Amino acid sequence: MSTPSSGSSPARITSEVVAKVAKLSSLHLSDDELALMTTQLSGMLDHFADIDKLDLSNVAPLAQPFPLKNVFREDVVVAGLDRDEVLAAAPAAEDGRFRVPPSLGLGEQ
Amino acid sequence: MTKPFATVVDIAADIAAGKTSAVEVLEQHLARITERESDIHAFNLVTTEQARATAQQVDADIKAGKPVGPLAGVPVALKDNMCTRGIETTCSSKILEGWKPPYDATVVTRLQQAGAVMVGKTNLDEFAMGSSTENSAFGPTKNPLDTSRVPGGSSGGSAAAVAAGFAAASLGSDTGGSIRQPASLCGLVGVKPTYGLVSRQGIVAFASSLDQVGPFTHTVADAALMMEVIGGHDPLDSTSLPQPMPSLTSVLGQGVKGMRIGRLADMPDGCEPEVLARMDAAYVALQAAGATIVDIALPSLSYCLTAYYLVAPAEASSNLARYDGVRYGMRVETGDLHSMYGATRAAGFGAEVKRRIMLGTYALSAGYFDAYYGKALKVRRLIANDFAAAYEKCDVILTPTSPTVAFPLGDKTSDPLTMYLCDIFTIPTNLAGHAAMSVPFGTGAHNMPVGVQVLAPALGEQTMFRVAAELERAS
Amino acid sequence: MSNASSAPQHSTELPNGWEMVVGLEVHVELDTKTKLFSASPNRFGDEPNTNIDPVTLGLPGALPVLNKQAVELAIRLGLALNCTVQPSTFHRKNYFYQDMPKAYQISQYDQPINIDGFMMLPGDVRIGIERAHLEEDTGKSTHIGGTSGRIHGSDYSLVDFNRAGVPLVEIVSRPDIRNSDQARQYVAELRSILLAVGASDAKMEEGSMRCDVNVSVRKPGAEFGTRCEIKNVNSIRAVGKAIDYEARRQIDVLESGGTIRQETRHWDDSEGRTHTLRTKEDADDYRYFLEPDLVLLDPDQEWIESIRASLPMLPAARRAQLATLTGANKESESVYVIVERGQDDYVSAVAQAGGDAARALVYVQQAFAEEGATPKVAASDIATLTQMERDAKITATQAKTILSEMVANGGGDPVAIASAKGFEALDTSAVEAMVDAAIAQQADAWAKYCAGEEKAMGALVGAIMKASQGKADGKVVTAILQARRAK
Repeated sequence: MSTPSSGSSPARITSEVVAKVAKLSSLHLSDDELALMTTQLSGMLDHFADIDKLDLSNVAPLAQPFPLKNVFREDVVVAGLDRDEVLAAAPAAEDGRFRVPPSLGLGEQ
Repeated sequence: MTKPFATVVDIAADIAAGKTSAVEVLEQHLARITERESDIHAFNLVTTEQARATAQQVDADIKAGKPVGPLAGVPVALKDNMCTRGIETTCSSKILEGWKPPYDATVVTRLQQAGAVMVGKTNLDEFAMGSSTENSAFGPTKNPLDTSRVPGGSSGGSAAAVAAGFAAASLGSDTGGSIRQPASLCGLVGVKPTYGLVSRQGIVAFASSLDQVGPFTHTVADAALMMEVIGGHDPLDSTSLPQPMPSLTSVLGQGVKGMRIGRLADMPDGCEPEVLARMDAAYVALQAAGATIVDIALPSLSYCLTAYYLVAPAEASSNLARYDGVRYGMRVETGDLHSMYGATRAAGFGAEVKRRIMLGTYALSAGYFDAYYGKALKVRRLIANDFAAAYEKCDVILTPTSPTVAFPLGDKTSDPLTMYLCDIFTIPTNLAGHAAMSVPFGTGAHNMPVGVQVLAPALGEQTMFRVAAELERAS
Repeated sequence: MSNASSAPQHSTELPNGWEMVVGLEVHVELDTKTKLFSASPNRFGDEPNTNIDPVTLGLPGALPVLNKQAVELAIRLGLALNCTVQPSTFHRKNYFYQDMPKAYQISQYDQPINIDGFMMLPGDVRIGIERAHLEEDTGKSTHIGGTSGRIHGSDYSLVDFNRAGVPLVEIVSRPDIRNSDQARQYVAELRSILLAVGASDAKMEEGSMRCDVNVSVRKPGAEFGTRCEIKNVNSIRAVGKAIDYEARRQIDVLESGGTIRQETRHWDDSEGRTHTLRTKEDADDYRYFLEPDLVLLDPDQEWIESIRASLPMLPAARRAQLATLTGANKESESVYVIVERGQDDYVSAVAQAGGDAARALVYVQQAFAEEGATPKVAASDIATLTQMERDAKITATQAKTILSEMVANGGGDPVAIASAKGFEALDTSAVEAMVDAAIAQQADAWAKYCAGEEKAMGALVGAIMKASQGKADGKVVTAILQARRAK
């Protein structure tokens, strides 16, 4: 999937990386929060370096507890949600739709 | 040990037999809420009016001779991360404050069908991230046995509600110990079922591959009954196991004769001596009941904390991305879409949730995936292998549920890592997807309760409940 | 929409020996009743936000459950594209956008359901199919204010989630396409296959089939150049135009000493050009990981084989069969058109009823453009009509007239129609008499014709046709005139 695949953890986390992660997470952090987050994440990642001493080269990852397969539903329509009820709970709605501020990017279309 | 409040089994039996009414039982519980809730803060919402209407309906049905469910008239409380149609569900987060789900979680529907009376939605660490219920946006819950102490977490409100007699039973969710640890700290039975045994449909996700719903009760028999009501296959949850729910109430009297009880050869550091003393007493009790004690090893145990605190935040970072101010929940209005996301999530999430989102995003991001998330999944395999080897030698494993009894509020809030260490004994079960439960077994320091954790392999609930029942008899 | 060969628009040669390398990523919406992971209707054109449920909206606690029919249609498509169907998984592709309700898209990543297929294009050109995987569609935004509904400069947007969660298959070709003709043929053929197997209605105008195009240029034999991805290419015609534009743009940049940046570009159909959408530097980090709410998809061999057995004959095989039956070239326009209309079975039925297959192909192509796969006119009546023309009982012109009447009336006995119209082909002796009369009357023209002036024959033929009131067969008249002159 991604690099690096080496056994050791990357270098200590920097505030630049933390800022980038905050952007990926859509979390606006103040400078103070960013500094505190950098310190706390560093501390945790140092602690989590304990698994670096394990030889995991021949270990298969376990992402889910049980190997279930082929769980399906039939292609049958079931009544869904009421639009008015749903839109009433939305922060902003207009004309049967959810209203959002303008985007400066184009998403993934 | 005598229990301070009526049990689920007794309440259900008395109501069904006409010895009391659902309304009468409910009013007793509401009276206790009125008396002590302001000190304890178990609830985010007490649903008094709905509860009275439900109780009246139960009484009317019984009077009319209609068949009623196994929990008819039993007051229950639900952790506030379970969707209840038309009733506020907040996850103790500002970002969901005021949100009324347009649908019910499967476990909620099953409780309703069984005749249970929901008395309210209980407080939790925001989005179930915590071990003390101090991370709630709406203030901490106190331990009813000593209000200067935490009830544990993240299902602290559900534990406190039962411990204080506000409800006869409650449901919590357990991602890394969030049912078992507060059960232990509040002197209750708490069950983390095998992953997939109880539906997650309608449970607000924290870490999808680890989350399971289970009950808090005063007794093992109550827990068995609650499990039989909420458990079993649900076609709306793809990870729901296809097996039927095994009977638990019927096995409680079968004893432990001939059973092999696993004991950790290497107990991790950090356990209070009183806790270890209760463990020794538990082994003695089970031996006396005809079980044998065998030493087992879980060599990867000490790495579970790391694996858990990478896997759970990684999944959480994705599960919590949907709180974006577009379709529901709060929004901070700004000039453009992406700054609205950033501002809304910054204002809506508390510090611990932000920390875990950041940690999880980092663990999944390009350049770090293999070093963190990828490795954590491999460690997860190691602990599953450890358990498989251990269960060759034993039927269940006994450990403490928590290394300590309930600690004072504020004791561990300054250092996240110290708080994370509370979960050392509970996390491995979630990583493996196995069953485990906490059973009260006497008291430790400060006369606070100590819980013994019974761990069983996947779908080992019957064996696990037999051992739990034996410990209960011996306590 | 027309297929490639019926809409000739030939790509021109690139200058200075440059070669283009093109790969296509085509998204198609599967023709299911419900969404990929929930039970709301999969239906185009409904009122906004009426086909929604907790899963579609990404409500807290909602869980996806895979639609079996979507899997079946994906396998049908994969088999039709000669893919291997393999055990597959779903991942989460994480990014924030208003029309992505959960802030992640559930998609297949490193283990897609269909891999390693191919499609054949005219001239025995083989285009590899890397993968054809399942994923969910997004909602749709309308941009309000600013300039004419464009996203840039809009005041706000309105989001409709009816389309969110609609099942998609993304078909990714290998970079085997070398000109825009092939690209258009590829899309047209893919569309024919989708319709044939019933996987999608493949309406580009409604967005149920959408193309992204990867284009790079190189000198033949050189390494692949840096590629640009072009989005918003929403018709087969636009696929050709966008590719030709983009290849020339890249060549211009390279020949003027520049370099190509890897970027995503947007096709503006009205301007006929591409624009930069975003560069690779601001590419997102999607943090793919295995979707924990779903389980392994591992269709058993029995299911796959039963789907394979239920596949209809595919367009290429049907074209080959029709070509054999009619003697036409399998890459001819008439063969493509008839198969695209699904009328090849009808042509075959005409032949089975004793009709002339080659004539039937022409009749059906010309007269049945508005008819579906099963024209109302009985195949046996068309068979009779082809026989009448073949046996020279009527002329080609008369046959056309009769055919038009049969189509207009939804059927009819061609013998009766011919008789009612007095269409009886004249016997040769009657035609010869008319030829003799025409030679006598138009002595000048006859002399010129005999002197080798071919154009002069027109006047003679015209006179004969007039005398016969159109009943004489033009070919027969010409043959008699030529024979007379040869004497």
